[in-house]
Amino acid sequence: MKTQDKQIGAALSRVDGHQKVTGAATYSAEYPLPGLAYAVLVGSTIAKGRLTGLDTRAAERAPGVLAVITHLNSPKVPGFDTAGKDPSQPATVGGPLKVFHDDKIRFNDQPIAVVVADTFERARYAARLVQAQYAPEKHQTNLEASAPQAFLPTQARKNPKSPMADYQRGTADAYQTGALKVEGEYVIPTEVHHPMELQAITAHWEAPDRLTLYDKTQGTLATRRDFAREWNLPEANVKVIATFVGGAFGNALHSWPHESAAIIAARVVNRPVKLVLTREQMFTMVGYRPYTWQKIGMSATADGKITAITHESLGQTSTYEEFTESTLAQTRMMYAAPNLTTRYRLAALDVGSPIWMRGPGEATGAFALESAMDEMAYLLNLDPLEFRLRNYTDQDPEKNRPWSTKFLKECYKLGADRIGWSKRQLKPGSLRDGEWLIGYGMGVGTFGAHRGGAHASAQLRPDGTVLLQCATTDIGPGTGTAMTQIAADALGLPPAKITFELGHSDYPQAGTQGGSSTVNSVGPAVQEACYALKDKLRTLAGASQPAFAAAKKEDVQLADGYLTLAGAPATRVPYKDLLKQAGDAAVVVEAKPGNEGQQYSMYSFSVHFAEVRVHELTGEVRVSKLVSCADAGTIINQKTAANQMKGGAVGGIGMALMEHAVIDDRYGRYVTKDFADYHVPVHADAPAVEVLFVNQPDYHVNALGTKGIGEIATIGVAPAIANAVFNATGKRVRELPITPDKLV
Amino acid sequence: MAMNLEPDEPATHDEARRTFLKQSSLLTALALVPGPVVTAAADGLDEHVVAAFAPTPLTLKVNGTKHKLTVEPRTTLLDLLREQLHLTGTKKGCDYGQCGACTVHVDGQRVNSCLSLALMHEGRDITTIEGLAHGDKLHPMQAAFVKHDGFQCGYCTPGQIMSAVACVREGRAGSEAEIREYMSGNICRCGAYANIVAAIQDVQQGGQKV
Repeated sequence: MKTQDKQIGAALSRVDGHQKVTGAATYSAEYPLPGLAYAVLVGSTIAKGRLTGLDTRAAERAPGVLAVITHLNSPKVPGFDTAGKDPSQPATVGGPLKVFHDDKIRFNDQPIAVVVADTFERARYAARLVQAQYAPEKHQTNLEASAPQAFLPTQARKNPKSPMADYQRGTADAYQTGALKVEGEYVIPTEVHHPMELQAITAHWEAPDRLTLYDKTQGTLATRRDFAREWNLPEANVKVIATFVGGAFGNALHSWPHESAAIIAARVVNRPVKLVLTREQMFTMVGYRPYTWQKIGMSATADGKITAITHESLGQTSTYEEFTESTLAQTRMMYAAPNLTTRYRLAALDVGSPIWMRGPGEATGAFALESAMDEMAYLLNLDPLEFRLRNYTDQDPEKNRPWSTKFLKECYKLGADRIGWSKRQLKPGSLRDGEWLIGYGMGVGTFGAHRGGAHASAQLRPDGTVLLQCATTDIGPGTGTAMTQIAADALGLPPAKITFELGHSDYPQAGTQGGSSTVNSVGPAVQEACYALKDKLRTLAGASQPAFAAAKKEDVQLADGYLTLAGAPATRVPYKDLLKQAGDAAVVVEAKPGNEGQQYSMYSFSVHFAEVRVHELTGEVRVSKLVSCADAGTIINQKTAANQMKGGAVGGIGMALMEHAVIDDRYGRYVTKDFADYHVPVHADAPAVEVLFVNQPDYHVNALGTKGIGEIATIGVAPAIANAVFNATGKRVRELPITPDKLV
Repeated sequence: MAMNLEPDEPATHDEARRTFLKQSSLLTALALVPGPVVTAAADGLDEHVVAAFAPTPLTLKVNGTKHKLTVEPRTTLLDLLREQLHLTGTKKGCDYGQCGACTVHVDGQRVNSCLSLALMHEGRDITTIEGLAHGDKLHPMQAAFVKHDGFQCGYCTPGQIMSAVACVREGRAGSEAEIREYMSGNICRCGAYANIVAAIQDVQQGGQKV
């Protein structure tokens, strides 16, 4: 039998591409269930206080209205009384908002009522008729004003080894006594994920104790767990379906009030209920990258060796949930500074809870760190790339362990050559093209190569195709395609003979799609499920053909209609015989990481090089060229992986130049409500990003050698642009976004 | 749901008006206000509500199929397509005409269907993403999007493709820069812009009929 071309590393077109280009891909608000009703949320108009009155009579009278639900008449949600008390869920302290549970207002636009009607238009109209009276209390939505109340996260107070705890190596704050030092404060404003698909859920109580959710989620099992718990149901009674997810970037990593509200509404009207947030509501109740203040102090020797770094961070969280992220992680491990201090603090504001947004805290931290690196290089009159090379580390200075793999130097070289780094001048403002000042900048990104346990099933079907299933989701990176390629190689079948199904909580379990961990975790499960399937088929075939029983499993081949052996095509057993014999030629396999994580520091790395053009009169910044180079281990699919990198770079352009959710602290309410005020990059803002991969496997992470791409695609992009703007103009902008007013 | 008001409820402006209507002679009411409002008054409903909800007949062609529909005046073309005709390929991304996910063709022109009331399209010919392919054969733009990976999550994709087809037909796909400018009404938050532009250039340069 002809050995087929290896699929891992190929540029296979997406297996779900046809569905996506024809409109056949079905997202969570697109299930036409019989009797479907429509829900629209009513939000509070104050940021803090109590509801003293709610007049729902006009809404209840409006045509088509089936129910108006508030805290006054909401059915009791059993889990609301026990929420947040499960020690197995330490990601955040506190818990999600308990919608319609009490009269307390914790943030502006908090859902205070849900109106359910037989059409969307009727629900939307009636929602406007709900009248609320409040007893407002003094709110605080400004982070700087809350700085005096900043606190150490609970997990750090309980555990001094927590990554959120204060960290020190060498002497504390040693940079202060350095002869050559830089010091700067950096601000990243609140940014909102804003996937193109609005947050949406269709909730259906199929029986009083059986709930089905078509939901926008990055984790079908996490969502199942959360709502099974809320309703005190066995997890097996809750089904979560997320076949297609229209982007998320982190905001579907958590369970949100609108999901609880839709489930309550479906319970009350005893019909399936669809609830789609408005774009305005996407600002207020489904998370965001938290407004974060940072300060970095750095000292170095005249020959460019960093002697000390102190990095402090203050990020916002809500009053009801303690959200933390790894803002300071990159600083602790990226450069070989002997003296290093980090301090992470939170302030609780009267806002909805934040949630990890692509690159999460690492991207926030990298903006400060990589800007400070540029500032120090400038002070030392050194090329910023040379400065980084002088502080390169061959082992993890935080954990004193070897890297599993690190090809960052290779990335530096590839990227620098491609952008034409040699054109860069040390003196800012040296290059111009007419009225446009040209500058070059770089930024480094890193993110843990995380791997969790995952299960996958593999099943041979009578037509010779193989069905694989896993509960993982695909929010856009192309999970189904990558898994098909992994399975194709493991089975020796062409991709067309493989179907990979995902996005359903009944499938074998896997973690949430987040933290660049899906291929690292699910990939090995798929690979091992395929091997196990082949071995099961070999054993079955061995019953009638002894040659199979004696064969090595790698010699077993799936051919057209038969199981056969390498080099012995005449030795074969038809699939139909095997299936008759087995009844069900299926396997479910779990793949788990070993203890590699204790022996090695495992990270993906990236470097981004930006060329910007800044108009000297208007301050307009155009990113004219971006080169992103990644050390992300084995690249499963060149086409989708490059696309993911390009997308991360575009996200970084948004972060650097435009994204800013503005809150009016007088009212504690966002004044940015849509894409007219909250700008995200459009076609005209996006250059052709050049993507380069080192493509070296890291077998410490898994047998595939993958390390993860999603986060490093964006971490380091914003500082690369900010540094390029400095190189073009001599203006150092430490508060994002870099809008023209900050440059003229 | 058409509940009577409690007798002790204070009269609002609208209620006063309803009382007025009830007290007026039928003839006067008929002369002054449209039918649904009279019905509303008789049923004890807010006349503004009912008038706004009055269903109106609408005939339009979608993807070659003629539909005779009854539509509320406030229903957008987008919600009509998605909720009544179950053509969910057309996406809701912002409802304010700012993201382009809802782009369809109306008589060959690209239109943000969320900003367009269904009733404005009496007799018009609407094409959605579901009507672009010829049976199993993808439209060249759809095929180019697959080839160049012009998407990630796929949610903005139908709008991008409908807009891209129009962009080429409008003669606005002459260069990379021109494509970017004339496609800037279609946001892709995944950031697949470079691949979308490559797909459009491929189609434009391929000379296939779009």
